[in-house]
Amino acid sequence: MRHITRLITASTMIVLMTTAAYAQTPRDTVVMAKQIDDIISLDPAEAFEFSGVEVGANVYDKLITVDVAKNNALIGDLAENWTVSPDNLTYTFKIRSGIKFHSGNPLTAADVVYSFQRAVTLNKSPGFILTQFGFDKDNLLQKVKAVNDTTVEITVSKPFAPTFFLNCLTSGVASIVDSKLVMANAKDGDFGNGWLKLNSAGSGAYSVRAYRPNEQYALEANANWYKGAPKNKRVIVRHVAEPASQRLLLEKGDIDVARNLSKDQLAAVREKADIGLVQGDKGYILYLGLNTKNPNFAKPEVREALKWLVDYDSIERNIVAGTYKPHESFLPQGFLGAITDKPYKFDPAKAKELLAKAGLPNGFSVTMDVRSTAPITDIAQAIQANWAQAGVKLELIPGDGKQTLTKYRARTHDIYIGQWGPDYLDPHTNAETFAINENNGDDAKSKTLAWRNAWDIPEMTKVTQAAVLEPDADKRAAIYGVLQREHQKISPFVIMFQQVEVSAQRKNVSGWVIGPTSDTNLYAPIVKN
Amino acid sequence: MARSSAPVTGPATVTSGPGPGRLARWGKMLSRELTTVAITMFGLLAITFLIARVIPIDPVLAVVGDNARPDVYEAARLALGLDKPLWQQFAIYVGKVFTGDLGTSILTAQPVISDIKRVFPATLELATLGTLVGITFGIPLGVLAAVKQGRWPDQLARFIGLFGYSIPIFWLGLMGLLLFYAKLGWVSGPGRISIAYQDFVTPVTGVILLDAAMQGEWDAFWNALSHLVLPSAVLGMFSLAYISRMTRSFMIAELQQQYVIAARVKGMSEARVIWRHALRNALVPLTTVIALSYANLLEGSVLTETIFAWPGLGRYITNGLLNADMNAVLGGTLVVGAIFIGVNLFADILGRIFDPRTR
Amino acid sequence: MGNWTAYLTTDAPASRRQARLGQAWRQWLTLKQNPLAIAGLVIVMSLLLIAAFAPFIAPFDPLAQNLDQRLMPPSAVNLFGTDSLGRDIFSRIVYGARVTLFIVLLVVVSVGPLGLLIGATSGYLGGWVDRALMRLTDVFLAFPRLVLALAFVAALGPGLENAVIAIAFTAWPPYARVARAETLVIRNADYIAAVRLQGASAWRIVLRHIIPMCLPSLIVRTTLDMAGIILTAAGLGFLGLGAQPPMPEWGAMISAGREQIFDQWWVATFPGLAICVVALGFNLLGDGLRDVMDAK
Repeated sequence: MRHITRLITASTMIVLMTTAAYAQTPRDTVVMAKQIDDIISLDPAEAFEFSGVEVGANVYDKLITVDVAKNNALIGDLAENWTVSPDNLTYTFKIRSGIKFHSGNPLTAADVVYSFQRAVTLNKSPGFILTQFGFDKDNLLQKVKAVNDTTVEITVSKPFAPTFFLNCLTSGVASIVDSKLVMANAKDGDFGNGWLKLNSAGSGAYSVRAYRPNEQYALEANANWYKGAPKNKRVIVRHVAEPASQRLLLEKGDIDVARNLSKDQLAAVREKADIGLVQGDKGYILYLGLNTKNPNFAKPEVREALKWLVDYDSIERNIVAGTYKPHESFLPQGFLGAITDKPYKFDPAKAKELLAKAGLPNGFSVTMDVRSTAPITDIAQAIQANWAQAGVKLELIPGDGKQTLTKYRARTHDIYIGQWGPDYLDPHTNAETFAINENNGDDAKSKTLAWRNAWDIPEMTKVTQAAVLEPDADKRAAIYGVLQREHQKISPFVIMFQQVEVSAQRKNVSGWVIGPTSDTNLYAPIVKN
Repeated sequence: MARSSAPVTGPATVTSGPGPGRLARWGKMLSRELTTVAITMFGLLAITFLIARVIPIDPVLAVVGDNARPDVYEAARLALGLDKPLWQQFAIYVGKVFTGDLGTSILTAQPVISDIKRVFPATLELATLGTLVGITFGIPLGVLAAVKQGRWPDQLARFIGLFGYSIPIFWLGLMGLLLFYAKLGWVSGPGRISIAYQDFVTPVTGVILLDAAMQGEWDAFWNALSHLVLPSAVLGMFSLAYISRMTRSFMIAELQQQYVIAARVKGMSEARVIWRHALRNALVPLTTVIALSYANLLEGSVLTETIFAWPGLGRYITNGLLNADMNAVLGGTLVVGAIFIGVNLFADILGRIFDPRTR
Repeated sequence: MGNWTAYLTTDAPASRRQARLGQAWRQWLTLKQNPLAIAGLVIVMSLLLIAAFAPFIAPFDPLAQNLDQRLMPPSAVNLFGTDSLGRDIFSRIVYGARVTLFIVLLVVVSVGPLGLLIGATSGYLGGWVDRALMRLTDVFLAFPRLVLALAFVAALGPGLENAVIAIAFTAWPPYARVARAETLVIRNADYIAAVRLQGASAWRIVLRHIIPMCLPSLIVRTTLDMAGIILTAAGLGFLGLGAQPPMPEWGAMISAGREQIFDQWWVATFPGLAICVVALGFNLLGDGLRDVMDAK
C-alpha cells in the first residue's frame, strides 16, 4: 500500500516539474490575447462586430481612409485622389496603379465595382452604410461604374454632405475584394460569402492564414503591400475570455499584447517595469436608456432628476478609471460636431427637488436590465446605491447580453444599461439612433434607440435628418452641437461615459496605435525588439 | 458540473427462466432497448427544442447583430425558418437529423457536426484524464477504507470522498489557478496549449496529447499536458469521490466472501488476498461505476471549461443556449444524451453478462 | 429523564406514536456514535443560527457600499476584507447564509414532493402510465444537469426563485426513481392489499400509505442531494443567472471576485470556503443519516 502511494506522489511531482517550463513568443510574430468571440464572419460585406471589423481593417484596403494622427482627416487609400461634382451627386475616384492582391491578381476598377455590388446585393448587417445612398442590387451597376481600369464613378441619390458619404466609405463594408478569387469560390450565387467568412481575398497588410471561430486567427504579412511590408511577419490573436488570464499570460511572456484588461488589472500592470500601456479613445458610449412607456419616465422632471443622481466622478474614479472617461453627449470625442459639455454632476438635493415637482417626493421603484459582465454589474450597483439617496428603489435584473438586448428591442424594459458603438466614422451614425424616431408605434421597422425608449420626437427627427444634407462641414458641425445640447436636456438617455480602449504590452513591443474605431486598429506598424 | 448523486442505470428488463433460444432472447432485448433509446432521444430533442424556443432570446440577433436594418433582420429571420409554426420547424429539424444533418450553427457559421468534431475531443481529453485521476487515487483509497473498515483510514477516506462532493468546482479551479499557476508557476494556465505551440500540432484526432505524440512534437506534448494537469485534477476530484466510495462498498462485500476466508486460512499473504483476488472480483462492478462517472464528466464540465477557457462541448452548448443558437444546442444535447444513454446501456449489458444471476 | 428513556426504549410500545419516537431515539443514539455525522449536524445547525441572527453577527450592512474602501485586505475591521464596491465580505457571507437557507428550503418543498408523487404514481399504477413517466425520467436524466438548469433559468428569467425552480426541475428524476423502486416493493405488501379490499381509491392508497413508506429513504436522499443543489445554485450564480445583485449570494460573490483573483485573493476565496463548509455539512449529515435510517 505504502509504495503505491509513494509512486503516485512521485509521478505526480515529475509531471508537475517537467511541464513548468514555457516558451517565449517568436521574434517575428506578434501574439495578442483578445476577446474575439463576437466574430460572426470575416467577410467584409458581413463583418459588423468589433473583432471581425478589426481583422478586415488589416486584411483589406479601401478607396479612402482616415488619418488617425490628424483628427480623423480623410485621406486616399487605394484612391490616389477624388473629385466631387458641384451638385454633390457624383464622385470620381482615381485608383493607384500597380497594386496587386495577395493572390497576385492586379487590382482594377472592376474589382471596386464588384466589391460594391456584392456588399449591396448581399445586404448583410453593414450593408445599409452603402444602401443609404440609394444603391440597390438592381441599380448598382448604373450608379457605380468603371470608367476605365483606374477610374470609378459613383452617383448617390441625394446631395448628401460629402463628409457623410466619404466617411462611410472608410468603413469595412467598403473594402475592396479580389473579384477573380472571390468569384472562383462562389457557390449558388452567394458572391463567395460562405468562403470569405473564414478566408480572405484582399490587398491589405495581411492575409488570413487560419481562422478558428472562438479560438484564434493567424494573419500572414503581405510583403508586397503598397504601403510597404508590415514590421512583423505574423500576427496571432488568441481568444482569451478572462481579463485576469490575459494579464497573467502577458506577465509570463506567453503573449505580447493583452487587449481586454479591466481597470484593476491595468492598475496592477502599470507598476510592472516590463509592461507598457497604449490607449486610444473609442467611440463607444455608455448610457442608461429610460423607457418612456413607464409613466414615471414620461415626465421630463423625472428624467432630468435621474441625470443629477448618478455619481459620475466616483464611478469613474473607483470602477472604470482608465477604461472610460466622463462624457455626457451622444457624439463621442473624435467625431465631427462632438461637444465636451458636461452639464450634470451628482446632486441628490436637486434631484429630490425635481422628483417632488414631478409628484414623486418619496421616490419610486423601478427595474434595470443588467448584463452580467464587468464593469456593467458594478456600475449598476453603484447607481443603485446613488439612487437610493433620493428614494428611488432600483431593482437589478441580471441577464446574458442577448437576453437583455432582446428585451430592450421589444421595449419591455424599464431601464437598460448598455453601450452604443458607432457604425461608421460619421456623426450621423449616432445622431440617427439617438435622435431619430420616425414611427413610435410598436410595429415600427426601424428600432433606433429613441424608438426603443418610446421617445416620440417628430421635430428633432426632422432636424437630424436634414443635417446629412448640409454640405458645409463647419455648418454641419454646428447643427450637431445644438442638437446635442437640446438632447442632453430632454432626452430619456443618461449618457455617462465614453470608452477608452487600453491595451497592455510587453516593453519590447512598440508601434501599436489604437484608433477611434475597429476600422483603424492596425497591426502593420507593430515591432518587436 | 458532475452530478453529485450516483447515476441511476437504465431500466432493467430481464426475463429469466425457460423460454426461446438465448440468441432470440438477446435479439428481443436488444430491439426493446433500441426502441427505448429512440424514444428517449426523441423526447430529449423535443424538450430541448421547446425550451430553446421558449427562451426570451431573439436568435436573429446572433446572426445580424443589434444595429441591423429591418430588411436585413427580416431576411435573416426568414433564412432561419422562424416564420414557420413551431411544429413545422421541429419536423424539419428531426427530418434533417435522420439524414445526418445537424444544421448550421448561428454563432460559428459552421455545420454543427464539424463544430462538434472540433470541440468534442477537447472534452474527451479532459474527461479521460479526469477519470484517470479518479481511478488512480480513488481505487487505492477505496480499498484502504474497506480493509481498515471503521478505523481512521476509513473515516479519512469517507471524509475525502464527501469533500469531493462539497467543493464548488469553479472555485476549486480558481484556487488551483491562483496557487499552482499564478503563485507557484508549476502548471500552465487556461487554454489547451500555449500559443507558441499552437501551430506545431496538426489536428488529426483532435486530442492534442495523441496528435502531438504521433507527430513526435514532444515539447508541444509536455506543454499540452501542463495545461491539462490542473483542470483534469479538478474534474478528477468528483470522479475520485464517487469511485472511492463504490470501491469501498464493493470491496467490503468481496472481503466477506467464502473464498477470501478460505484463502486466508490457506495462509495466503494479506496483500495477495486483497489485491489479487478481492479487488479483481470487485473490478467487474467497478467498471460499470467508472463508465458512469466517465459519462458524467463528459457531459458535465461546463463550469470547468468556463474557468479554464477550455473549448469543449459543455461551453459550446452553454454558449449556444445564451445566444439562442438552436442547432448548436440541439446538436450538442443530442451528442451528450447519446453518450449518457450509450454508457448506461453498456453498464446494463456488462452487468447482465457478469451478474451470476443472469448468466 | 429516566422516564423518558424508558418510554422511548421500551420493547413494547403502547401506541403508534411511541413506536415511532422510540425508533427515532434509537436512530439518534446510532447517529451520535458517528463523529463525522455530528460534525455535519453542527454545521447545519450553525447555518440555521447564523441565518437567524445575521443582523447581530454581521458588523456591517451587507449592501452598504464604500467606494473609497474597496478591495481592502482582511483586517480587524473587515475580517474577510472588502469587495470591489467596498462592501464588507464577512457581513455579506453572514447574510448569504440566509440566501443559502432559502434555496435549501425552497428545494425541499418542491423537489421531494414532485419526485415522490411521480415515482409513487408510476410504481403503483404500472402499465402505460409507468412506462410514460419512466421514459420522461430517462429523458431528464440524459440532460447535462447544469445545462438544463441554465436553460430553464434562461426561459423563466434570472433570479433566485427561478434558479431554485430550475434546479427542482432538474433534480426530481432520481427521487422519482427511488420512490418508484420503493413503491414496487410496498405495493404488493399484504397491508396494501387489505386497504385496497376495503375499497380505498388509488389516489388514497398512494397518498396515505405508499408515500409515507417512501419517506425515510427520500429524506436521506434529500439531505445528500442538498450539497449538490447548493453547488448547482452557486454555479448558476457564478454564471450570472442566479441571484440578483446586490444580493449576497455566495456563487455570485465568487464570480464577482474572479476579476481580482490574482491580486485580491480574499474576494473569491471566502465565499467559496463558505459554500464548501455548508455543502460538506449537509453531506456529512446525510451520510450519517443514511447509515442510520437506510439499512440498505
